[in-house]
Order: sequence, then structure tokens, then C-alpha cells
Amino acid sequence: MQKIGKQTVKFDAPPTILQTASIVGPKEADGPLAKFFDQCLEDEFWGENSWEKAESKIIKETVNTVISKSGLSSADIDYCFAGDLLNQCISSSFGLRELNIPFIGIFGACSTFVEGLCLASVFIESGAGNNALCAASSHFCSAEKQFRFPLELGNQRPQSSQWTVTGSGAAIVSKSGNGPYITNITIGKIVDKGIKDANNMGAAMAPACLDTLLTHFSDTGRSPSYYDAIISGDLGHVGKEILTELAATKGYNIKSNYNDCGVLIFDKEKQDTHSGGSGCACCGTVFSGYLFKMLQEKKYKKILLIATGALTNSTTSQQGESIPGIAHAVSIEL
Amino acid sequence: MNPIETNKTYQEYVDKKSPNSPIVKNCFNAFLIGGLICSIGQVIFNYCKYRGMDIQMSNTIVSIILIGLSAFLTGLNLFNRIGKFAGAGSLVPITGFANSIVSPAMEYKSEGYVMGVGGKMFTVAGPVLVFGISASILIGIIFLIFNTQAITFV
Amino acid sequence: MDFFQSMDWMQLIRCFIVGGIICIIGQILIDKTKLTPARILVIFVTTGAILGGLGLYQHLVDFAGCGATVPLTGFGNLLAKGAIEEVKTSGLLGAFIGGTKAAAGGIAAAIFFGYIASLIAKPKMKKQ
Repeated sequence: MQKIGKQTVKFDAPPTILQTASIVGPKEADGPLAKFFDQCLEDEFWGENSWEKAESKIIKETVNTVISKSGLSSADIDYCFAGDLLNQCISSSFGLRELNIPFIGIFGACSTFVEGLCLASVFIESGAGNNALCAASSHFCSAEKQFRFPLELGNQRPQSSQWTVTGSGAAIVSKSGNGPYITNITIGKIVDKGIKDANNMGAAMAPACLDTLLTHFSDTGRSPSYYDAIISGDLGHVGKEILTELAATKGYNIKSNYNDCGVLIFDKEKQDTHSGGSGCACCGTVFSGYLFKMLQEKKYKKILLIATGALTNSTTSQQGESIPGIAHAVSIEL
Repeated sequence: MNPIETNKTYQEYVDKKSPNSPIVKNCFNAFLIGGLICSIGQVIFNYCKYRGMDIQMSNTIVSIILIGLSAFLTGLNLFNRIGKFAGAGSLVPITGFANSIVSPAMEYKSEGYVMGVGGKMFTVAGPVLVFGISASILIGIIFLIFNTQAITFV
Repeated sequence: MDFFQSMDWMQLIRCFIVGGIICIIGQILIDKTKLTPARILVIFVTTGAILGGLGLYQHLVDFAGCGATVPLTGFGNLLAKGAIEEVKTSGLLGAFIGGTKAAAGGIAAAIFFGYIASLIAKPKMKKQ
């Protein structure tokens, strides 16, 4: 393992992503990626009596699924990195309290899943353990309740707003395996370009994503065409367009192989999700469900996954603060 | 030109890039549903008058029935769909006020009846009462100060 | 059938149009500014109270009936008018009593129905 360039770590013995699992809610199950997820729920409560308990159950079951799919026992897993959007990351800590695996709670807003992959791969390659589990969850209803309005309020969502994905994604990163491998990680900086509109997260996060993307290219010496696909976490339709244009002004053409998890997970026209999906589970489920299968089937051989996060809460936005963005990248190759 | 050079240029660029709401369609829907809700109120009002009630009482009954109707639709999980279609058409009439009280009451039920329902009921509508009632007290005091018999400004 | 014969249909049309136009103003505020629903409601209730205090809103009520009283501007007008009426009979105390007294029916109904709804109903996922 060595640091190359300004913000990138290159692995000499790249850790493997051994297995992934994903569970999504009913709206995601109506979307174009439905067939890639391990389980689709029929209602958002999943037999629980609050949104928060439902989200905890989703992350718990996702983690159980990934462990049983991997063939490992939970005693084989040395660390668990998990996080979510609710205050003090209670979905993951409550959901995983019976897991009995050393637990590191992480917060990177919607970038949490990739933040987990970055930390896990460094832990594993350094020899601190053999297997690490990464998980992240979000829930439309609990997020609306915490960040916006009660569900039954009859308001209209602006066109630039995004739809928090209900679900959870989990992955196991291992020392030994046959790939796909995490070859490089680029840890992003906090970038704030002064956007204050909490209903336009894509625009608030795009500059952070651009910063990480450009740093990754200059650190590794790669160009956009090196990757079969460059996938951002949850910039949505608005942010995707902004990032494509901003990258072009910096001399990088990413038009042909760039896409966004928030764009992929919903059908914009049929599902009326406006600018697309968001939340920790957006990148988490799209990677664990769709992208990982594309890698397994060798349809993609090299991808760059850049998860984006808006590091804000409802208090700061009421106080008129702007929204700081973050983006972390992992290159995953066969 | 590089739009992320400064915060200001980026904000201008984002404003240009962000999709606008379909304002003509929204205004049409708001007009339709808003007008309809007021007309329902008017029919109730006329009926109360027809039954011999005075104006003030009739108005109160109109408010209570519309609020009840709005609460009922909110409870049936239908009001947010009406609200999505009608926008200000269901928000601006008294139905919107009722919805903004009933919806947090339902949402925060999971935190218990005292601190959840009771405590959070006015998270959205509280400001309406704070500003409305404060304004009425100020207006009463101003009226008292300038009260030389029955003042009218018009 | 007497009731329907007694209906003033022109009044109903005026009510529809004025109520609709007040909602259009609200819709323009929603779409053209980034105001939250709570702020829009506050703007309407305060505007109504000021217009009511100046005695202007009553003209709209006379013209449009419920088209003017049902929107929240009408709620503001009701509060202001109540305060003024009460001041006339009981002085300074009236400023504190009048507004809330006039609007008591609506406020109490909203609280009561809100509580009842929370007992019976459960929030559900938005379909879109």
C-alpha cells in the first residue's frame, strides 16, 4: 500500500470484494434495477411500528444476507464499518447491535458506503484483519421525517429535489479472493461552493465530486477512458448534467461512460422522482445489486465508483448555512 | 468561462441548470382546487344562512367542517396526493392549515402521545398561530391608540 | 329544494374565482421563491391580518364570501377583526382576547381532529 499523488492510495495486494447484498423498498422494486436486488420489500414498515425500526431491520437483514451469501461465519469477520443518515447513525448501531462483530460507526452522509469500502480496504491490506464488512442504509420515510416534512403533508416537491432510496447495501472486503479488486482509493476533500438550497443536493455535491474525480485522474495518471464505467453516488439528473459539463470545462470528456446511481435506480418519467434517487442506500444498493453483478459477469472490467455526500442537517439549513459536499472514489477492477 | 471559479458564478450556473416547476400547470391546478374548496365552503355557508344562523356562526361552521374534512383526508393518506396535484390550491385555504397540524400529529405518534403527538403537532402550523395572533394583538393595540370613535381608513 | 333555489349562483362563481386567484398567488410564491409551506402560510395569515386591520379585507369578503374567508388570509382577517371588535367593548384586554376568540372554533377543531387522526391513522409512504 502506498500513497500516490495528493489523495490517492494504491494497493500492492488489492483486497477483494468477496460478496455483496442489497435489500430495497417497494418503490425501488418498481424501478429499472429491481431484478438485481436480493430482496424487495412490499411495504416500508416491514412489520415494525416506526420508520427508524424498519430501517434498522433493513440494514440488519442485509448484513445477515451478505454474510450467509459469502459462506463465512460472522466470527470470520474482523470489522464492520457501517453508517446511515439518521442522527448519531442509529439505524446501523441499533440494527447491528446483536451482530457481535467489532463495529466502527461512520458518517459520510450519502457517501458512507464508499467511505466504508475505503476504510475497510486500508484495514485489510494493512494486515489488521482478513475480512471486513461495509454497510449503509437509508429510508425515504425516516429521512423525510428527520430532514423535511411529515409524510402526510400535502406539499409539492421541487423539480430539483431527489428521492431518498429505501434500502441497504452491504459488501464484504477480503484479503484473499478472485476479485473484483479494490485497486485504488481517492479520499475526497470537503468542497463548499455556497449552494444553500436543500432541495438541490445534486448541485451542492457536484463540485466535490468533480474535485475528487480530477484528483483521482491526476494522482493515478489515468484518463476517463481507462474505465468501462464511472459511476457517481447520488448526484441525480441535475448533478449528473452539471458534473459532465464541469468535467468538460476541465478538459475531461466523461459523457460516454459516466452515469449516476440516482439516475439508474428510478425511472424518472414513470416514477416521478424528479431529479432521481439519493441517500446512503442509493449508491449502496446500486453497487451491491447492479454494479457488482455487472463486474461478476465481466460486463464491466474496470469501474470508478464515486459516492457523494451532502454534509448538512436540518438545523444548519434553517440557519441559512451553505451545504458542504464530499466525494470518495474507489476503483474496482477485475 | 469556468462556472465554479467563484460561488457567485456557480450559483448563477446552477440556477440556469436546475429545472423549473411547470408553473402554468401548477397555477391552473391551484386555481381549480383552491376555487373548489372555497366554493364548498360557500355552499356550506349558504346552507347555514338558510337555516337562520348569523354570519359569524356560519363562518365558524364552514371552518370546522373544512378542517374536519381535511383531517379526515389526511388520516386516509389522501391529502398529500391532493396537495401534490393542487399545490397552493389545497395549502392556502384553511384545509392546508388543518393538514399541517394533522400530518405531524400522525408522523410523531411513534414518539408517544405527549411529547410526540402533543409536542410536535405545531411544528409546521405553529408559526401561523404565533404570527397571526401576535399580529391581531398588535392591531388591537394600534386600534386602541388611534381609536377616535369608529375609525375606518377607507 | 328551497335551499337550491335560494342559492346565489353568481356569488358562488365570484367565490370560486377569488378563492382560486388567492391560491394562484400562493402557487407563484411556491414556484418562484424557495419559501417553505410554513413561511407561505405565515405570509398569508399576516397579510390577511394587516388588510383586515386596515378594514380593506372586508370589501373582498363582501364581494367573494367564502372565496375570501376560507383562504388563510381570511383567517388573518378574522383574527384582526376579532381583536378590533373586542377592543371596542373591553379596551386593552380586548386586544388580547378578541383575535383568538374569533378564531377559536377553527383552532380548537384543528387540534382536536389532529389528535383524533393520530389515534386512528398511521402515516403511509407517498406513492410519488
